[in-house]
Amino acid sequence: MALWNNYGMNRRHFMQHMATAAATVPAMNFLSHVQANADLVRSNQKSCILMWMGGGPPTIDIWDLKPESKNGGEFRPIDTSASGVQISEHMPETAKVFSDLSLVRSMSTREADHTRGRYYMQTSYVPNPTVVHPTFGSVVSYEIGKNRTALQIPAFVSIDGGAGQAGFLGMTHAPFVVDNTGRIRNEPTAAGKDRLEPRLTMLREIESGFMQSRRGELPKAHKDVYANAVNLMTSKQMAAFNVSQADASLGLEAESQATKDAYGTGGFGQGLLMARRLIQVGVPFVEVNMGGWDLHQGVFDTLKNQRLPLLDKGISAITADLKQRGMLDNTVLVWMGEFGRTPSINQNVGRDHWAASWSVMLGGGGLKNGQAIGATDKDGLQIADGSKAYLPGDIWATVAMAMGIPVNTVHTSKRGRPMKLANGGTPIQELIG
Amino acid sequence: MRTGMTTLRWLSGLGLTLAAVQFVSTVRADESVQSGTDTASLLTAGTESVSLAEYIDQQIRQGWQDNDIEASVAATDEEWVRRIYLDLLGRIPTLAEGRAFLADESPRKRSVLVESLLAHEDYVRNFTTIWSNNCIGRVTPRRVSRKGMEKFFREAFAKDRPWNEIVVDIITASGHYEENGAVNYILAQLQMPDNGVQLTAMTTRLFLGLQVQCTQCHNHPFNKWQQDQFWEYNSFFRQVDKVDHSKPDPTSGRMVDDYSEVVWQEFTGPVYYEKRSGVMQVAFPRFEGRDVDPGVGIDRREEFGKLLTQPVGDQPPHIAQAMVNRMWAHFFGYGFTRPVDDMGPHNPASHPDLQARLAREFAAADYDVKQLIRWIVLSEAYALSSQYGDKNEVDDPAAGEIPLFSHMYLKSMQAEQMYDSLIVASNAHQAGQGGWSAQETQRRQWMQQFVVAFENDENDESTTFNGTIPQALMMMNSELMEKACSVERGSFLFESMSKPGPEAQKIQDLYMAALTRQPTRTELGKVQKMLNGYGLQKLNGYQDLFWALLNSNEFVLNH
Repeated sequence: MALWNNYGMNRRHFMQHMATAAATVPAMNFLSHVQANADLVRSNQKSCILMWMGGGPPTIDIWDLKPESKNGGEFRPIDTSASGVQISEHMPETAKVFSDLSLVRSMSTREADHTRGRYYMQTSYVPNPTVVHPTFGSVVSYEIGKNRTALQIPAFVSIDGGAGQAGFLGMTHAPFVVDNTGRIRNEPTAAGKDRLEPRLTMLREIESGFMQSRRGELPKAHKDVYANAVNLMTSKQMAAFNVSQADASLGLEAESQATKDAYGTGGFGQGLLMARRLIQVGVPFVEVNMGGWDLHQGVFDTLKNQRLPLLDKGISAITADLKQRGMLDNTVLVWMGEFGRTPSINQNVGRDHWAASWSVMLGGGGLKNGQAIGATDKDGLQIADGSKAYLPGDIWATVAMAMGIPVNTVHTSKRGRPMKLANGGTPIQELIG
Repeated sequence: MRTGMTTLRWLSGLGLTLAAVQFVSTVRADESVQSGTDTASLLTAGTESVSLAEYIDQQIRQGWQDNDIEASVAATDEEWVRRIYLDLLGRIPTLAEGRAFLADESPRKRSVLVESLLAHEDYVRNFTTIWSNNCIGRVTPRRVSRKGMEKFFREAFAKDRPWNEIVVDIITASGHYEENGAVNYILAQLQMPDNGVQLTAMTTRLFLGLQVQCTQCHNHPFNKWQQDQFWEYNSFFRQVDKVDHSKPDPTSGRMVDDYSEVVWQEFTGPVYYEKRSGVMQVAFPRFEGRDVDPGVGIDRREEFGKLLTQPVGDQPPHIAQAMVNRMWAHFFGYGFTRPVDDMGPHNPASHPDLQARLAREFAAADYDVKQLIRWIVLSEAYALSSQYGDKNEVDDPAAGEIPLFSHMYLKSMQAEQMYDSLIVASNAHQAGQGGWSAQETQRRQWMQQFVVAFENDENDESTTFNGTIPQALMMMNSELMEKACSVERGSFLFESMSKPGPEAQKIQDLYMAALTRQPTRTELGKVQKMLNGYGLQKLNGYQDLFWALLNSNEFVLNH
């Protein structure tokens, strides 16, 4: 493509850009007007949705394309509604809402193994044999969950996930894992609910002896988790998990087929739709998992035909929906996986693990969006000269700031060691302004 | 013998580890200068002259002394018998089993019970479950036969096969996945065409206790391992390939999965890998400094199998150290290193001398797994109460301290243990039924609700079972629990509670079935008072009592 004009656009891209402009009138209406006000009133509560891309997404094919390089692969960049920011041609809907999103293109993390990478990206700390660090969702549950007295369901919900640990913050801050259908297993039957009261009374009496004997924290943690489970079982906020259930007092509608379609009918889209309902009832941190990124082979076909259409729908729908509801400024969106993928393309037309230079997406949350921060070099192999390299702690410090959690917060591990929030990361200046 | 633990207690972050290791070795060097031949003679004669059983207790006690703590009292028979059943058989004792042990007055009854449990079919089942999960995960990957893997381990544990032979069989396995079940370990690691990278990473971690996977891409930041080491290990696994067979489905005519097999593929010479700088490097098959001929006609996996049991310098073979560490962690909740599969100079062990001697003797005893288990479970430390006092409350590995094993640490029941224990409790009146295999499928289906598979090249997964809301909901409301607390004719509750007899006896039965102990007098009084509140609905009261016992922290936590 040699037809670059003075604005850095070729004709095809220019046409697409025009199409984007024409679509600024919402293509999809996510809410009835009756409901709009109720949502706006509630929306001053801060929350975060983490879109976790398990397996390590090839950000070089999604957010930071290198069409001029031998590493560039098959995809072309397109312009977005954020001026000067281009993303993959297979993310056209996301391109339209990109003025509300941002990229950090100079992530340089050190872990290229799934387990270690996941731990590092979600906790900001590298694995250490003597301490289990809390995943950031657990930090939010600990810092913000305790102030949400009206919240009866867990403050950290993970949809289709399960790896995050609360570590030294304690099991009550562990993620509550559900699948994307929102079905909660082992809910009590009506008869079971009637029996609950006398049974729990009996339980309290029976286990008090063991609890008072000195055997560490597990017995108490067990009791606390039971208390949370009982809260959950008896709460009408459970309606948030079921996208087909309405509850006027919570401002929840039964989601229309059109809305479900707009998010995408796959697990990721439906998970995001559920996430929106959960933050409507006050859950401060929801993680939505999308797997299938460990693309050691056939990367372009898989992206083009499977992953990116789902990703594009999901991201664009949640962004537009939150915005229409007036919730976007209070909801930070974070998109990341355990690492990026090698700029070089392997013999199986795949990309392997790569942590040295890759991208994370952020959005909403009142951040100064519509930018791409940092850059990689022309082949994507390293952070470009003069560009600052970012660590996971910097991302989470930015999120903390957007959510009103003091960045200088220090937690104490069980053996009394001070643990800085987000491992002492610094909020990204360009995003917080 | 000093253990170096006083120093190690101060270690916390990885950042400190390196410096501290050097500090320890400096101290040791100084000592040997001062004491000269004394130290040398101690190391040879001194350590081996005491029996291993004495040595274990001695080394553990040394740790208490070095850290100025006092151990807890010994566990009661009630505490101990529940623990040993859960650890060895993967379930709580039945009412009859518990009663029989507690009534036995023989002073040797603990070692007698250990022997009988080691000969129990549930021992085989338990370790088959554990090792099948270790090898292929809880979610069976595509084109892997769990049936085949379980059959392999069932036979291995039932026949008391030496651990080194089991491992060599797994690593060198070829053939049909049900005819030679050992191949399923390899098949599970070959989910993607990755030149055996995942197989290399998993094999070193699981069987050698070494985490070299990070050196796939770069030199290890904290230890001596270099990138070439990963690829040297990897070059042993380049002659492995698999074939997935398909067959036509007679009704639809479409091709469907048939069996899979592990086959040999020709591979000679070095493997090539890329440095971060982009420079290509070569690595030849080499195991701890021992080179293997990279030429034609050499079966590299077979060579790997031979090298596995060779000592590493003055240390016992990795495979022995790794198994000792895993077994210790199985019984105590914590191994000598954390995590158990990451041994090496960057991660000092809590009791290095003890671990080394156990590994040496394990190797010398022909890798007899049951012998290793006996050494561990008949030690003083295993028989301690899980209750601690002021004098050893600092011994808290959950808070990041180095474990000193001065009291038993609580272990959350694994999902399989919970399932089997609930079955035992609900059939408590029909002791010794056996016939677990019928329940195998049901248990596995039930398990799936607590497992999340990540579908990546590490094939990893996580369980959402321990201490979570889904677990609590299952314990409170599930069909399994409903069945356990059923008062239908023929159920445990119905049969026991409708028998004539004093109420106190019935309450004792429920306590014994669920917690393997009698209620204290205070507890008995409290429970009787609560039951009185049920009036004529007494059976409902027993039902709620049993529900509460099974939901209590004392039931859920292996103590």
